[in-house]
Amino acid sequence: MTAALTAAITLDHVSVRFGDFTAVDDASLQIAPGEFFSFLGPSGCGKTTLLRTISGFVEPTQGRVLLDGRDMQGIGPNRRPTALIFQNLALFPMMSVADNIAYGLRVRGLSRRERNAKVESLLDLIALPDQGGKRVDELSGGQKQRVAIARALAVEPKVLLLDEPLSALDLKLRQHMRNELRAIQRRVGITFIYITHDQGEALTMSDRIAVMNRGVIEQIGDGRTIYEAPRTAFVASFVGENNAFIGRVVASEAGAAVVETSIGLLRGRNARGLVKGSEAVLFVRPEMLRPNPPADHQWIAGQVAEIAYEGSLTHVAFAAAGTGGLKLTMTLARGDTAAIPAAGTEAAIGYRAEDALVLPRETFGQD
Amino acid sequence: MHSSAGHSLILALPLLVTAGFILFSLLERRRLGALAPVSFWRRNGIAISTYLVVAVGLWTVIMIVLPQLYMIDLSLRPKLPPNQVGGPKDVYTLENYRYFLYGSTTSTAAWNTTHIKAFFLTIGASVLVTLLNFVLCYPLAFYMAQVTTRARVRIFMLLLITPYWVNEVLRAFAFRVLLGSQGVINTILLKLGLIDQPIDFLGLDVGLYAGLAYAYLLMMMFSLYNAIESLDRNQVEAARDLGAPWWYIHWSVVMPHAKPGIASGATLVFMLNAGALAAPLVLGGPRTLWFTPIVYDRFYQAFNWQQGAAYAFILLLACIVFVLLVLRLFRVGLGEIAR
Ligand SMILES: Nc1ncnc2c1ncn2[C@@H]1O[C@H](COP(=O)(O)OP(=O)(O)OP(=O)(O)O)[C@@H](O)[C@H]1O
Ligand SMILES: [Mg+2]
Repeated sequence: MTAALTAAITLDHVSVRFGDFTAVDDASLQIAPGEFFSFLGPSGCGKTTLLRTISGFVEPTQGRVLLDGRDMQGIGPNRRPTALIFQNLALFPMMSVADNIAYGLRVRGLSRRERNAKVESLLDLIALPDQGGKRVDELSGGQKQRVAIARALAVEPKVLLLDEPLSALDLKLRQHMRNELRAIQRRVGITFIYITHDQGEALTMSDRIAVMNRGVIEQIGDGRTIYEAPRTAFVASFVGENNAFIGRVVASEAGAAVVETSIGLLRGRNARGLVKGSEAVLFVRPEMLRPNPPADHQWIAGQVAEIAYEGSLTHVAFAAAGTGGLKLTMTLARGDTAAIPAAGTEAAIGYRAEDALVLPRETFGQD
Repeated sequence: MHSSAGHSLILALPLLVTAGFILFSLLERRRLGALAPVSFWRRNGIAISTYLVVAVGLWTVIMIVLPQLYMIDLSLRPKLPPNQVGGPKDVYTLENYRYFLYGSTTSTAAWNTTHIKAFFLTIGASVLVTLLNFVLCYPLAFYMAQVTTRARVRIFMLLLITPYWVNEVLRAFAFRVLLGSQGVINTILLKLGLIDQPIDFLGLDVGLYAGLAYAYLLMMMFSLYNAIESLDRNQVEAARDLGAPWWYIHWSVVMPHAKPGIASGATLVFMLNAGALAAPLVLGGPRTLWFTPIVYDRFYQAFNWQQGAAYAFILLLACIVFVLLVLRLFRVGLGEIAR
């Protein structure tokens, strides 16, 4: 209960429906003050809708949104202590950089002197000093990005909501802006809610991540938990590379399950306690596979199809013997590459049973 | 501008226009350097480009420039009996313009108050009607462009356009039927007992202003709709998210974005109003004299084309100067309007 009182944001069984279509389905979570929280999910899974619900542009069909413990029902976006950074930034092109940043301050009736002082300090924060007089379209992509952040921070929100703010930037700039964003967040110390469909972005920047699929929050946790202990087949396949074997549980015991797949029986960790007969998917990360496995490993026979050298890592495409022509990926660090059989040769690869996860299949692989 | 001079002008002007086009494209290339878009000539090929330029040039010259030049020429000549036209008395003179100011071609003793008053009334009332038009259209244009669904927009468009299938004069008469002393509105008000004497809407010029406002409503409507439609909805939402009240969002975000559309709508409506003939003739109250009926009378009542031309030219010039001044005031370039 105390958590509910101190949380910056609480979603309490929030659903958003557009006609018959459910964009957000029964989302519940709490975000702590000062947290960097990300929503990760594929395009169209309802991330923007959820963010707009928090900022007040969309009223939830069901459930409540609480900011600082206060129910936000009926409170418009202009009166919520949140600031939203739009997917396309939505800077005002007819105003100068300084006027953009000062917009919210002008609305709040600050005097010119107060506004100028604030704009100066924000321009310093985003490392664009003395650029206030420029027109918005004279800025580069990364600079625009930072102006949008400054404009939002100017109104001193308790929560900053960012909707895929880096998606329009090129790779290099994106990586730079990730660090920049994280640094700004530490300096201002407010809650950041960050939306992305880029898992690398989510994993490197966030304190915690919520993985969404089709309007449903499938899992909430820190990056390590999401990657190493996914709770659902969707999370396992969406976050990071994964080899998936669809099948049926034929034996389950304490902590482990055996799945009958198209290439034979495979054993893995039974994290969700599936019983015999359940439809299941067994996941093995590429880096958990190794060539010429010892006898205590799970074995997969087949043929090396292709070897892609990437410097520190080498990716091996492996065609498993059996029906379905299953293709696996094995990733090896530089020290282990000596053992790789040549492309085209018959070989066996394997993994330790505790490094594989058996999860309920649900709708996995059906679309 | 008679016979041979006129002919050579007709032939020379398209060439001049063509030369002007070429000059412009060269200047543009010089100024923009490598940034210049593919040139008009390169894109269309020499043959088609020349055809286009000459065709447009000819059309512009024959349909627009020459008649206007002829009007100006005419306005600077005295009215003479046909047998004296081209004779020694046919010299350039400002007497037609003098008549507008003093009500006489010779004396400058008294001002021509009737005409001057009508002239300024026309300009002033056109400004008012333009403002009225803007006030009427802006909310609807914003609603159509930003708020409602596409299907609804189509219905609105249909509702807006269909009344304009009716001829302009008939539409003006419809306002007479509505607003006359025995008209629909007065009858209803009398029946309801809200008034005991019919209100003289037409005498009070309510009819004239309503009719004029309605006559060119679509021009304003579509200009505004197009301009507002291109505004990114996120900008409105961003302003709202930053705490702006609705009226400030319109003032600081929507209107600045729509400025070219507002300007083009306003100039169109203003020009058309100042030059409107049907509505003032049908709906003008007995005490008012709109300027265009006066011009009309110069041509067909007084049968003085020279004077009519002078009056028409005065109105045209005044409108252009006024519009340019207003555009200057609001810092809108002519180029922006044409977008
Ligand atoms: N106003 C609306 N009316 C009807 N459907 C909507 C509306 N807004 C969003 N949707 C639907 O809700 C679903 C989720 O949309 P949303 O914009 O939240 O996705 P997203 O996760 O942000 O995707 P992306 O990564 O592409 O931005 C989509 O299928 C979309 O079509
Ligand atoms: Mg989105």
